[in-house]
Amino acid sequence: MVTEQAKRDAAHLYGQMLLIRRFEEQCERLYMDGKIRGFLHLYIGEEAVAVGALSVVRDDDYVITHYRDHGHALARGMSPKAVMAELFGKVTGASGGKGGSMHLFDVKKRFMGGHAIVGGHLPIAVGLALAVKYRGGDEVVVCFFGDGAVNQGEFHESLNLASLWNLPVLFFLENNLYGMGTHVDRAHAGGRDIFQSADSYKIPAAQVDGMDVMAVSEATAEAVKRVRSDGGPVFLEAMTYRFRGHSVADPTAYRDSAEVEVWRDRDPISLFGKFALEQGLIEEHTLDRLDTVVEEVVAEAVRFAEESADPPPEALYAHVYS
Amino acid sequence: MAELTIRESIARGLREAIEGDDAVLLMGEDIGAYRGAYAVTRGFLDDYGPERIKDTPISESAIVGAAIGAALAGLRPIVEIMTINFLLLGIDQVVNHAAKLRYMSNGQMRVPLLIRTVTGGGAQLGATHSQSLEGWFASVPGLKVVAPSDPYDALGLFRTAVTDDNPVIFAEHALLYGVRGEVPDAHYAIPFGQAKIKRLGDDVSLIGTSRMVHVAMDAADLLARRGVEAEVIDLRTLRPLDTESAVESAKKTGRVVVIEEAWRTGGFGAEVASRIQEEAFDHLDGPVGRVGGADVPSPYAGKLEASVIPSPEKVADAVSDLFGM
Repeated sequence: MVTEQAKRDAAHLYGQMLLIRRFEEQCERLYMDGKIRGFLHLYIGEEAVAVGALSVVRDDDYVITHYRDHGHALARGMSPKAVMAELFGKVTGASGGKGGSMHLFDVKKRFMGGHAIVGGHLPIAVGLALAVKYRGGDEVVVCFFGDGAVNQGEFHESLNLASLWNLPVLFFLENNLYGMGTHVDRAHAGGRDIFQSADSYKIPAAQVDGMDVMAVSEATAEAVKRVRSDGGPVFLEAMTYRFRGHSVADPTAYRDSAEVEVWRDRDPISLFGKFALEQGLIEEHTLDRLDTVVEEVVAEAVRFAEESADPPPEALYAHVYS
Repeated sequence: MAELTIRESIARGLREAIEGDDAVLLMGEDIGAYRGAYAVTRGFLDDYGPERIKDTPISESAIVGAAIGAALAGLRPIVEIMTINFLLLGIDQVVNHAAKLRYMSNGQMRVPLLIRTVTGGGAQLGATHSQSLEGWFASVPGLKVVAPSDPYDALGLFRTAVTDDNPVIFAEHALLYGVRGEVPDAHYAIPFGQAKIKRLGDDVSLIGTSRMVHVAMDAADLLARRGVEAEVIDLRTLRPLDTESAVESAKKTGRVVVIEEAWRTGGFGAEVASRIQEEAFDHLDGPVGRVGGADVPSPYAGKLEASVIPSPEKVADAVSDLFGM
């Protein structure tokens, strides 16, 4: 028996993943057109992770992530217009055009960035959790990072401190197998099942199929519940893959197309679409409708960004200090 | 009015901060059970408990980063990094995160983070434990850097640092903790960016911070015996920097020597000297002199180390060499 709630949830998950996919495909085109500059790191292929995970956290939980952050930002409910305008470097952007692709923030939504030094935001996540515990709250800090971050000292310092002080952090590893162009096998001595390294710090850990949005959502729900009830950290590793290069400038010479094809066959959006149709969670006409809606949202975001003004010169010195 | 050491005046400031605001907590290596590597936080753990006085593992990056996170969530953490040398292990957090989050978030975020740390050499601790790196941090927009030289300033500047909503590096000189001075019982605070004239003189301006202010005062005594009246300026904060007071003194005396304990090459003294020559060039009788640390890793041996750090004699000699006085 498929409930109405289950149908709404399925449409939400599918719609969110599709939004991220279409949004970033558009970003890629805009980058080629020179409308978006700097670095552009696409999340395409990994949508199930952010969408599945963030579908089960509370509005007052904190979310903090790495520089491949468009997916998390949108899944957290940030305005696509504000994100696109930020990528355009416009004054209406999420950070008034002063942050850029890698530094998206929406503090009202407790989306705490967008951090571009690999591993650098893990200690900050620990500190957010310290504040939660200090005040006696029950919010959880969800901290996303990639497999590249696990070889940084800050990763180990952060796991240690969070476990030592029993702080409410969900360490969420998105293992897409590559730190920039270096395969995890060439970068991490502990093997691909990185979640096992959490054992060293007595942090409960699990691994989940990051291409399966339902699996991610269920695993995250369980992990978040455990963090909230026990107070201490949990470690979750999602096995995923980016279909595009590290950044748009990356020719991906370091991996062969056969490997990419294997993962593309497990495209999280088509996988879930097929599953939801089979299970009667979603109907064809809903998929079509979501397609149209998402297309409009993305077009509207681009229009908004195009029409917005550049930051005024006086913005240069604003907010260096409080 | 009470006579306090710098150690006592900072401890007083810390106690006021903890008692005055529940959002304040202290974090650092051995600040609790050990009672502080430099004994500033002696008795704090007993008085305020382990939730407010948090002993940490030796993880400078995690300490600073966790304090940033706590600050973003509305707390007002005060971190002790045992020495500024160790702050290099947390420099990613200070420079890439604390200093930039407000700007990159277009004002959505605030980082009210106070980092107390110990600077300076002169105790024969060798090259890795004797550096004066506060000038490095002073070159970073988004940070404020304080380096007091006496107990009155230490408390007054500390009170300002505690209420500042930005990341502040508060550099306490290892050899100055025992320096005594009068501190009023009544509340006062000293704003950042205001230098202090420690001694008035018409012949030459000696400018520095922290322990170099004491070196300058002793140099001024030496010079006075030769009939040269030196003015001594304590900049007190490196960022914001009170260029105006330095320039004003330079215009009055026409002769300037900037003194710093850090290496001369690329040192903060070069910044001060440059600003003075830019703004007071026509008033100067000669080039702005600089006396700084020798460009070597600090050696262990006592006599060698002493020759690295600016001394009153070297400053007085510099005045003679530069200006024939």
